[in-house]
Amino acid sequence: MQSFLEENTMENLSALVEQAQAAVEQATDEQVLEQLRVQYLGKKGEITQLLKSLGKLSAEERPQAGAKINVAKQQVNESITARKTTLSDAALNEKLASETIDVTLPGRGHCCGNLHPVTHTMERIEEFFANMGYDVAQGPEIEDDYHNFEALNIPSHHPARAMHDTFYFDAHTLLRTHTSPVQVRVMEGEEPPLRVICPGRVYRCDSDLTHTPMFHQVEGLVVDKDVNFAQLKGTVEEFLKVFFEKELAVRFRPSYFPFTEPSAEVDIACVMCNGEGCRVCSHTGWLEVMGCGMVHPNVFKSSDIDSEKYSGFAFGMGVERLAMLRYGVNDLRLFFENDLKFLSQFN
Amino acid sequence: MKVSEQWLREWVNPQIDSDELVEQLTMAGLEVDGIEPVAGDFRGVVVAEIQQAEQHPDADKLRVCQVTNGSEVFQVVCGAPNARAGIKVALAEVGAVLPGNFKIKKAKLRGVESYGMLCGADEIGLGEKSDGIMELPADAPVGADIRCYLKLEDNVIDIDLTPNRGDCLSVAGLAREVGVLNKADVNSIKINAVSATHDDIHEVVVDADGDCPRYVGRVINNIDATAATPLWMVERLRRSGIRSIDAVVDVTNYVLLELGQPMHAFDRDKLQGAIQVRMASEGEKLTLLDEQEIKLTADTLVIADNSGPLAMAGVMGGAATGVGSETKNIFLESAFFKPTTIAGKARSYGLHTDSSHRFERGVDFELQRQAVERATALLLDISGGEAGPVVEVVSEGKLPKWNTVSLREERVKSLLALDIGADEIVDILKRLGLGVEEVAAGEWSVSVPSYRFDIAIEADLVEELARIYGYNRLPVCAPTATLTPKPANEAKVSIKSLRRVLLARGYNEAITYSFVDPKMQAYFDTSDQGIELANPISADMSLMRTSLWPGLAQALQYNQNRQQQRVRLFESGLTFKRSSAGIEQVAKIGGVIAGGRHEENWLEKTESVDFYDVKGDVEALLAMGGAAQEFTFVAKAHHALHPGQSAAIMRNGEEVGFVGALHPTIEKALGLNGPVYLFELSLAGIEQGVIASFTELSKFPEVRRDLSILVSSSVELSAIVDGMKASAGEWLTDVRLFDLYDGKGIEPDHKSLALGLTWQHTSRTLTDEEISEFIGNVINSLEKQFSAKLRG
Ligand SMILES: [Zn+2]
Repeated sequence: MQSFLEENTMENLSALVEQAQAAVEQATDEQVLEQLRVQYLGKKGEITQLLKSLGKLSAEERPQAGAKINVAKQQVNESITARKTTLSDAALNEKLASETIDVTLPGRGHCCGNLHPVTHTMERIEEFFANMGYDVAQGPEIEDDYHNFEALNIPSHHPARAMHDTFYFDAHTLLRTHTSPVQVRVMEGEEPPLRVICPGRVYRCDSDLTHTPMFHQVEGLVVDKDVNFAQLKGTVEEFLKVFFEKELAVRFRPSYFPFTEPSAEVDIACVMCNGEGCRVCSHTGWLEVMGCGMVHPNVFKSSDIDSEKYSGFAFGMGVERLAMLRYGVNDLRLFFENDLKFLSQFN
Repeated sequence: MKVSEQWLREWVNPQIDSDELVEQLTMAGLEVDGIEPVAGDFRGVVVAEIQQAEQHPDADKLRVCQVTNGSEVFQVVCGAPNARAGIKVALAEVGAVLPGNFKIKKAKLRGVESYGMLCGADEIGLGEKSDGIMELPADAPVGADIRCYLKLEDNVIDIDLTPNRGDCLSVAGLAREVGVLNKADVNSIKINAVSATHDDIHEVVVDADGDCPRYVGRVINNIDATAATPLWMVERLRRSGIRSIDAVVDVTNYVLLELGQPMHAFDRDKLQGAIQVRMASEGEKLTLLDEQEIKLTADTLVIADNSGPLAMAGVMGGAATGVGSETKNIFLESAFFKPTTIAGKARSYGLHTDSSHRFERGVDFELQRQAVERATALLLDISGGEAGPVVEVVSEGKLPKWNTVSLREERVKSLLALDIGADEIVDILKRLGLGVEEVAAGEWSVSVPSYRFDIAIEADLVEELARIYGYNRLPVCAPTATLTPKPANEAKVSIKSLRRVLLARGYNEAITYSFVDPKMQAYFDTSDQGIELANPISADMSLMRTSLWPGLAQALQYNQNRQQQRVRLFESGLTFKRSSAGIEQVAKIGGVIAGGRHEENWLEKTESVDFYDVKGDVEALLAMGGAAQEFTFVAKAHHALHPGQSAAIMRNGEEVGFVGALHPTIEKALGLNGPVYLFELSLAGIEQGVIASFTELSKFPEVRRDLSILVSSSVELSAIVDGMKASAGEWLTDVRLFDLYDGKGIEPDHKSLALGLTWQHTSRTLTDEEISEFIGNVINSLEKQFSAKLRG
């Protein structure tokens, strides 16, 4: 070999490069590549050795031949580097492939629980009115007769009391039958302008398929100068559209609440049948969802608000009723059984 | 109130169909609950007469009748005991179709052919089930279609009247309203005075003239109390939901429905002395028409005679003086009792009658005499008899007055945001029967008739205007208001965010009743501070909760009974306690956990929850306000909790809650799968946090040293940490327990703790010598304070 190379330095250089490159391509790991580097490019490497034979060449030929050898060295070196990259990429790919997992297996840790649908509904109602500038007011659930009835223009033995099946503790103390007493407490404590909603538990001594002895209401009250019935209608309609997230027909029917005058019941086009008539709406196409009206002057009087100067409106809604309509719950009693299979349905 | 549409249309007949009428009433505030045909859907039933009725040869209970429809005679087999010759009946001929699409065909009953069926009232949807067939009046025209004869093309309209509209509790009142809504004339019945044919009167003494400012009475002698009520009246009563009793009662009920005046008839021969209208004496007894004996209270108005109370005024008559089949002479009562006197009375005795319902809401105080005349005329027609003179005891000064209410156009405009116009205002008021007198431009004095008890102030008139004008025609506008910034309290943690913390930790929110079973509460609270309801729904919902735990425990029980292994529930709401200060209503948030720490999963074998799970949840809540360092957990017994696993949660020396394991005895008593962990926090105690305050970050390295010590098991970690903080110098920034061991290799009653201490100076690097000194101090102090031994 040695003599062959010496004699045919330039002629054989390309063959040597080819030979080296072929060996590099065959290499399967980094160690072999390192050996090839030494074999060809090391101090005593086959290509390096060729440089030593340059001395036999003429001074004119020498630089040219030297440059060729260096090019050859570079070519081999590049091949080695390329092969190295290929090998390490393959190794990485193989490692990654071996680390493949089943991404459909469940993750670690707690899953989130759910808010009770009644609370969720109340929060949605609160949010709407908070955005409209209302404050949230709370009041006691064990109330006195005065705030629950008298101050709301429901004197004792008023027939309207028969509509409130009241839980009593004694002659003067009771469980509030509606959230309206909070209205009174707000008016006692603050000067107009007032805009509040009062969400909370209320109680009626009644228990059957469609009544539970405890349920939830949200009451709203606005007192200011020049508050009128048109604004009440606007507020209620807007709320219902936002709550049900759709344009729906809303109608106001004259009704009676001792603490408002004029009073109205609010019906919406049945959300179950779009007003066509179904079991839920007793085939009327309408669902009663709220009561409302202009604050009765007697109510203002008990809170020392001048009804000539101020006017106001109030509205009240049953939270369970709205939740049932919104989520299609068909049995009121489910709300208070706290069955996890029920609770976990409301994300 | 139920009313026959036909009857109503006799009074006022607007050119609208039934559906429109119903819609109109509803939209005028007289909410229609339902509208039903007065009879079932049937055809082919005619008036017929039984000419002959013979025993069926092969069946004891069947009769073979020969029945004529006027043109043909049919043989009909009938099982009714009252099927007999000579009576008029309803015959469903062959080919007739009865309600439920039941077709009548020729049939053979026990070998005898039958051509048709004799109908019972229930079989054509006319009334309750009875074992007999319908008997029609003797003058019923044979051959006539029953639907025509009984005027069955009619509907019952059921109106759910609000308590302010007592004036609509009669056909006359509803007709008045329908007339207003349609601008239609109302054909009121003509009521003529019945002249007396004798001078017999019964003396009436009204003591309580404030409660009964008008009492009208009349004696009617020699009636035939057994006379049959005419079919038309029976039918009208039936369609209004009232059963026919006898002629006298039927007539008073009829007048009540027609005019709205409740009346009562006494058997005059059973009266002892003058009629007295007075308040009852406390404890006086009265046996009512329904045979129940009641003890009267002194605030009850009664009609009495020398023998004592005869009737509860405006509510119900008594049994002793009631009219029966032997009654010959009656005394008719038609009175005006003040609404406030009658209101609530019936209910206080557990009663509710058509009479009390009307008097409570207000009966037209000018109606009494007319009602007596109307009833007399009807009764004389049916039962004969001779009417005496009408006696009227009236205290004009105590009668209600026609209210006068002033109305300003400006007010109407500002409340409704609509200019209806003076002309229309006046027109509507006049149509409603109100007296309108203009006192200035755009200002009227309005007088309210005797039948409207619900119009007392200007707002009431505005409502009437809005109602007749149409609520849905009134304008709608977006509310406007000045935007005023609200005071904010940044450091206050909202209940909303507390809920979110628990949700994220896997809790579901529960809502349980605020009243609980006293037995359940007793497990959690042995004090007698619970507040009891006077009239609970049931004994197991009779005591106001003093804690959220009874309800949560019950919810846990409910779910465990339904195979739920892992339960995490929380609730927030008020708890109620009687204290020396009165009734305390405290908002709390509480939770219960039981079962696996995690859902059963493939990653690890899930262990049962323990104290530190629930404590972690509580700590997460307490951390919300950024004031976690203000709270401490202090071992403290609670009788519902495991004595070794319960802690009071303290904030600056005040107890704000409890956390622990449910006492195994209670767990067992409630049949719960334990262990069960509970927590409860007072919202007021935890919701106020602190505003974050920035501390300069040190650029200098932290140094950490770990210590492993052996101490007696009874030494609490918090004491050790406190001791370390006190002795480790001011640059100590963190103490962390990273291992706890008390197993093999540790002396009995001892535990080994591994703690990491971290120091960092704010302005320079701490030297090794300094750290060694700190550690030395810590070790010394631990040895001194807790006899701690350094390990390893
Ligand atoms: Zn529907």
